[in-house]
Amino acid sequence: MLKYRINKLNELFSSIAENRLLYIPSDGTDGRAHYTRWQDGIVLSDKLNTVRSAKDFFFPQSENLIEFERNGKEIKVNDIRKEPEDFVIFGVRACDAASFDILDRVFLSEPVDSYYASRREHGIVMTLACDRPAETCFCTTFGIDPACPGGDISCWQSGDWIYIEANTEKGKVFLNGLDLAMEQCDENEIAEDKKVICERIGKLPINNLPMDCFGAGKTETYFNDPAWAKLSESCLGCGTCTFVCPTCQCYDIKDFDTGSSIRRFRCWDSCMYSDFTMMSAGQPRPTQLERFRQRFMHKLVYFPENNDGIFGCVGCGRCLSRCPISMNIVKVIKNLGGNSNV
Amino acid sequence: MQIKVRKPLIVAFCCNWCSYAGADLAGSNRLNYPADVKIIRVPCSCRVNPTFVLRAFQRGADGVIICGCHPGDCHYTSGNYYTRRRMTLLFSMLDYLGIERERTRVEWVSAAEGAKFAATMNEFAEQVAALGENRRLEDLRCKK
Amino acid sequence: MQKVTRDILIDRAAELLASGMVNRVLGWRSGEFFYDVVPAVFRSEADMRDGFVFDDFCGCNFSKYLVKESARSDGRILVFLKPCDTYSYNQLLTEHRFDAEKTYVIGVPCDGMLDIGRIKERVGEGVIGIEAEGDELIVKTLYDGDKRMKREDALPDRCRHCKGKKHVAFDELIGEECEENDENASGRFEGVAELEAMTSEQRYFFWQNELSRCIRCNACRDVCPACTCEKCVFDNPKSGVENKAASDSFEEKLFHIIRAFHVAGRCTDCGECSRVCPQHIPLHLLNRKFISDINGLYGEYQAGETVGSRSPMVDYSRADLDPSEAIGKREE
Repeated sequence: MLKYRINKLNELFSSIAENRLLYIPSDGTDGRAHYTRWQDGIVLSDKLNTVRSAKDFFFPQSENLIEFERNGKEIKVNDIRKEPEDFVIFGVRACDAASFDILDRVFLSEPVDSYYASRREHGIVMTLACDRPAETCFCTTFGIDPACPGGDISCWQSGDWIYIEANTEKGKVFLNGLDLAMEQCDENEIAEDKKVICERIGKLPINNLPMDCFGAGKTETYFNDPAWAKLSESCLGCGTCTFVCPTCQCYDIKDFDTGSSIRRFRCWDSCMYSDFTMMSAGQPRPTQLERFRQRFMHKLVYFPENNDGIFGCVGCGRCLSRCPISMNIVKVIKNLGGNSNV
Repeated sequence: MQIKVRKPLIVAFCCNWCSYAGADLAGSNRLNYPADVKIIRVPCSCRVNPTFVLRAFQRGADGVIICGCHPGDCHYTSGNYYTRRRMTLLFSMLDYLGIERERTRVEWVSAAEGAKFAATMNEFAEQVAALGENRRLEDLRCKK
Repeated sequence: MQKVTRDILIDRAAELLASGMVNRVLGWRSGEFFYDVVPAVFRSEADMRDGFVFDDFCGCNFSKYLVKESARSDGRILVFLKPCDTYSYNQLLTEHRFDAEKTYVIGVPCDGMLDIGRIKERVGEGVIGIEAEGDELIVKTLYDGDKRMKREDALPDRCRHCKGKKHVAFDELIGEECEENDENASGRFEGVAELEAMTSEQRYFFWQNELSRCIRCNACRDVCPACTCEKCVFDNPKSGVENKAASDSFEEKLFHIIRAFHVAGRCTDCGECSRVCPQHIPLHLLNRKFISDINGLYGEYQAGETVGSRSPMVDYSRADLDPSEAIGKREE
């Protein structure tokens, strides 16, 4: 493990930024944290997490795939993808880092999504332990440890120091390549900090949700649960939860007519929308009840069914604080799980 | 050395009954106005939906002008009165969003005012040319 | 603190349910925390006693839910409306979006609703409780103990410049009937005036910065009581403007300009759009711009003040100014 003076954080950043684009959470004009391209003067936010998740870096909201140009009866197909530049995202929290494993299962299984894969190859994830988890956090429910945040490189802020440890080969090579005088240190120096984080997590109101009753094979149990009607009755059908979610990965592919060519792009889609998976035969989920059910069944039942029991949620709490009507996965879990208080 | 001067592209929505005929008259009288004014004929100036204006800018227009019958002369009695309110609010909103107000205009041109049509277009084209290319309401995807 | 307590509302709703006057109640259900209240339909007194709340976090405007809810059953639905919600109620009646006979409105007084986002801006994350003390709030936090803040600082913009405490529609009122009270309302257009005073370039950068955060989640549209189209053009692939992506800064502008324009003259300035925006874009500044322009050019008009009023956008006067004159006039 290495450590570096926290008051020289700027030097760490400038050293990283020498060879790669560096993004860090920084406070925007709206007073909230957003990932921002680092340059001198951009300061690390002290907020717990960014409004949007870090999935944007690997799976952007919209990206161009291919372009068609017509010349008489000829159609020319242009590959317009740009090779991504090498980049580092710093300050990713444990929950968001865990979300990459979930996205990897979707995009990196056959057939591999080459757009996503190339971004993953070019990106290095530097995580930061959460010393002050919020009341909306429930990552521990999914076995995520905010004191050991994962990613290629993990960081801890403690006292005058920032502690840095590489978790992957990629992370090690990158750290060794940095032209910085970092001190070697013992892991035990942050043992106390990790303990404090664990204690804090233990006191959070929703840190340990009952997940035993969810997972593979539970489709029949919950699909026709009468609770869906009640849970979904006030859902507005907006896409806020899906768009701030670090694990939602549905997208739509559409064509845009630029006037001189057709550009095929993909963009995030939301199962909450009335035209989600619209087919020529119509909408398979005609009312908000079915759309709402789809989102949560996907995260709690279908996804674990196909992915070794891993849930499609990391407990970051974004949907808890952003939903216009405050309906969220925690209320769904509690209501379907049988110990309702909603 | 050849210097390429970029001429502004202007979209003119002209009402079928007055302004389009006015443009026609300008043509038959051999009056000059810039060839970069692209006329779109609409049944009435109030047919112009705010989306049309924004679309025109997206697709590369540098200025948008809407021409209709003089107030009181609308073929459908009151269409241009509605145009007046709508476009006032729309243009005011565009101005509020920082899109130069000189890029938008409403002008009343009757079927007999060929000269006014040509003069209006010349003046408007000059005004838009002075602002340069539309950058604030552009869609980069549509740029070559 | 709200003057009316939940028990008063439950007692009255229970009477109405028992008498058969209404068969369900549209109200607020308590959540996981003290602030995450969910709109819900209650069908029994017991259900209300169990989960109904009425406190400082019941900001949601129920008017729009009536479109869907009143169509679901033959009976009347009881709805609690705050003064500003009643404007949306009237506006929806004006547009014939539901039948007033199928609703029963209880007007509840409102002392301004708190915005948890603003509270967290001040005290940080990890908020576990709140208490009112005079015009101060004591916020209980996970890590910093109790923190004090002014109640005023926790109010969203719509409450800070409240249109007034008077209900413009109700079947019955709980609490006292308030008269027009415009003392704060004058500040409604301050934000618009500030922007108008900037240069065109400054305004452009302001909005570019704000709107570039838009993620096209459509929450502003879906919550808006004036947006009740069966199928929105932005969702309809046949409309030619449908687009799910926020792209190249054009689509966001198109969406927000057209949406604001479509609700111009019908927007009651209830402020729900700004409340729900996950990216905290000040969307009310777009709507208020139209309201301020309409007021200045075509006479004072408050959408939803009365049922059946004619919006200035579907009206005209021969004396109206041309756009060039009108926009110039505003600046003088």
